[in-house]
Amino acid sequence: MSVLLEEPKRTEEFDLEEIVENIIRVYPTKVARKRRRHIIARDPSVPQEIEANVRTVPGIITQRGCCYAGCKGVVIGPIVDMVHIVHGPIGCSFYAWMTRRNQGVPREDGHYFLEYCFSTDMQEENIIFGGEKKLRAAIKEAYEIFHPKAISVHATCPVGLIGDDIHAVAKEMSQELGIDIVAFSCEGYRGVSQSAGHHIANNGLFEHIVGQDDVELEGFTVNCLGEYNIGGDAWEIERILDRCGIKVASTFSGNGSYDEFRRAHMADVNLVQCHRSINYMAEMMETKFGIPWIKVNFIGVKATSKSLRKLAEFFEDDALSKRIEEVIRDEEEKAEEQIAPYRERLEGKTAFLFVGGSRAHHYQDLFSDLGMKTIVAGYEFAHRDDYEGRDVLPKIKVDADSRNIPELEVEPDPERFRPRKDPETLERLRQMGIVDTYEGMMRDMGPGTLIVDDISHFELEYLMETLKPDIVCSGIKDKYVIQKMGVPSKQLHSYDYSGPFAGYRGAVNFAKEIDMLINNPAWSFTRAPWEKAPLIKGAVITE
Amino acid sequence: MRKIAIYGKGGIGKSTTTQNTVAGLAEMGKRVMIVGCDPKADATRLMLGGLAQKTVLDTLREEGEDVELEDVMKEGFKGVRCVESGGPEPGVGCAGRGIITSISLLEQLGAYDDEHELDYVFYDVLGDVVCGGFAMPIREGKAEEIYIVLSGEMMAMYAANNISKGIKKYAESGKVRLGGLICNSRKVDREEELIRAFAEKLGTQMIYFVPRDNMVQKAEIHRKTVIDYSPDHPQADHYRNLAKAIEENDMFVIPNPMTQDELESLLMEYGLYD
Repeated sequence: MSVLLEEPKRTEEFDLEEIVENIIRVYPTKVARKRRRHIIARDPSVPQEIEANVRTVPGIITQRGCCYAGCKGVVIGPIVDMVHIVHGPIGCSFYAWMTRRNQGVPREDGHYFLEYCFSTDMQEENIIFGGEKKLRAAIKEAYEIFHPKAISVHATCPVGLIGDDIHAVAKEMSQELGIDIVAFSCEGYRGVSQSAGHHIANNGLFEHIVGQDDVELEGFTVNCLGEYNIGGDAWEIERILDRCGIKVASTFSGNGSYDEFRRAHMADVNLVQCHRSINYMAEMMETKFGIPWIKVNFIGVKATSKSLRKLAEFFEDDALSKRIEEVIRDEEEKAEEQIAPYRERLEGKTAFLFVGGSRAHHYQDLFSDLGMKTIVAGYEFAHRDDYEGRDVLPKIKVDADSRNIPELEVEPDPERFRPRKDPETLERLRQMGIVDTYEGMMRDMGPGTLIVDDISHFELEYLMETLKPDIVCSGIKDKYVIQKMGVPSKQLHSYDYSGPFAGYRGAVNFAKEIDMLINNPAWSFTRAPWEKAPLIKGAVITE
Repeated sequence: MRKIAIYGKGGIGKSTTTQNTVAGLAEMGKRVMIVGCDPKADATRLMLGGLAQKTVLDTLREEGEDVELEDVMKEGFKGVRCVESGGPEPGVGCAGRGIITSISLLEQLGAYDDEHELDYVFYDVLGDVVCGGFAMPIREGKAEEIYIVLSGEMMAMYAANNISKGIKKYAESGKVRLGGLICNSRKVDREEELIRAFAEKLGTQMIYFVPRDNMVQKAEIHRKTVIDYSPDHPQADHYRNLAKAIEENDMFVIPNPMTQDELESLLMEYGLYD
């Protein structure tokens, strides 16, 4: 393994095309052909395409998760006042016990089940004779103990294989108990990554829960979509919006609440943070209820301000706009003052980002606030539109794996459809890039950068050895591989043990943490003395 | 101990043929065990004089881990030991997994131990080889000889060909071999010739041609094998002959399954496509 202590060269000094070729060269022909399409040496002067959301090549040790992880683990699990039952063997439950560190608080009714882990604990007998009976009993038992307003049921792989009809059980028990029970056919093997699970989760929430309760909301109201409140991110965003005079009606789904979802359709606009996991919901809500959506990024000081200004443009209210500018001025000043000392030590450092379907984009803004450059970035499970922007959507070919995930037919709700803007204004806002649009990560990455989709361990190691980044942000699957190579790694799924990193205060937290990681003297001791110089001297003696 | 599995298309008469043949072996003084591998649990009915058997899986479900061999095994006609694996209701759960569990349990309980001095174990397996569970008896050397029951009807031959593919797959890595085809006649034209030709293509033999006779059904209605119900009937002798043929069989092969085209042209040749 190479040494990462030497002064790194700047990426401009590398021939990135050559680096890509060096990676591809070691692969067998078929793998090489496939992986070649997932790796882009960025050249903004020509249109570039990237392959994404296709099957992982076996053997490359992917960072991806499964469909069940995307549905239960990401989108549905963080809802605090619903009981989430995993139908399957116990192992699947253990690994969905909200290790992403989604935070939450109970509402007035005191319903809060985030700390619990519900599983039907299927045994061999349930596999052979079917698990519906046990699921029915589990729902009943959970209801009798906790009396939740709603229950979700999540299918694991064996449930799909033996064909338990979880939807019929959910319907039957819903009638019996008089509460919403929503089943998700999110068997782990469906789709090519956790992305399939996000879609399935969006469909279920939209079909069964969203838009059931018409309570008038007052003032400027938004829903935060694709914000999972890792380490308390959603609360920092809420604090800032609140200062501006904008109320968060609901958050999908960090600290999410069943009652708030039911009236989410009454809000003025949807803010989309993680485009990949929740764009389905944003689109369906716009079609059915007339709520436009704004792509925001609350990761980074500048990015947060930019997102707030988009809101000012949308609401077209002078007093609100003025307040937003005041908040931006005040918050930016405080944040920048606190970040300054860290920035001094971080300026010019480089980062790799391999995370999520949006975070690899979002965190580039925050790194740039710290004077750092993201030189290689890639998603685990994003689709082409997350890289290339939504204008590529009509060009994405729908393959068999995507067809496996149901696409809901949505129409305007005859009673609840309420346009938030007149058609001309809406069109103007679209043209301005304020609503219903996402430009993707690629456009924000300049020359001298690489984009790698669904990166393999070999690619990661090779790029680390060649480009010598100062930090790699990734997930638990590669964190310790990276650190063993002598480079600090920050998990951007769970934030390890800290956060929030969103908003202005979050940016300060992040700056402090990245400084502690990169400038930690421990890294200089990761190389043993005998690796630097021979401990014994020898000579060749000839007779 | 010879370990035999009987496969064939659903409804072809596997259970009937197996039990009648086993009756023949039992009459010869052989010690035999039948393991029914069908959730319907009707593979030992003629041996026991009715569906009197509690299945392995039901017992396991009710008794938990505390199961004795006597709980799941009953002796029937001339001391033939009878076991039914059992399984879920149609349309639920996983019957294939059930067979795997059930055979493993029988092994744990010592059903195959030397002390029983068994000459034969017969596995009577549901329909086609639809998934891994149903291939269990031919995997891991549970069964080493396979006989396929079929008739001259196209779908029966089609199923037999598919089963041969399953046998080939496991034969190459294990001890399982095809012992022959048992033709359970449906009185199709030129049936015997057709099955002989088919057997030759597969590289095996037609070990016996069992003619169609209503006595089989009559005995079945009385929950008995023909040998038991009407020992002097000519059909009883056919089953005795089949039992003898199996006892004396020494042709065990890895089959060469036919392609769909080859199979169809064979049927064409014997006039099934007129």
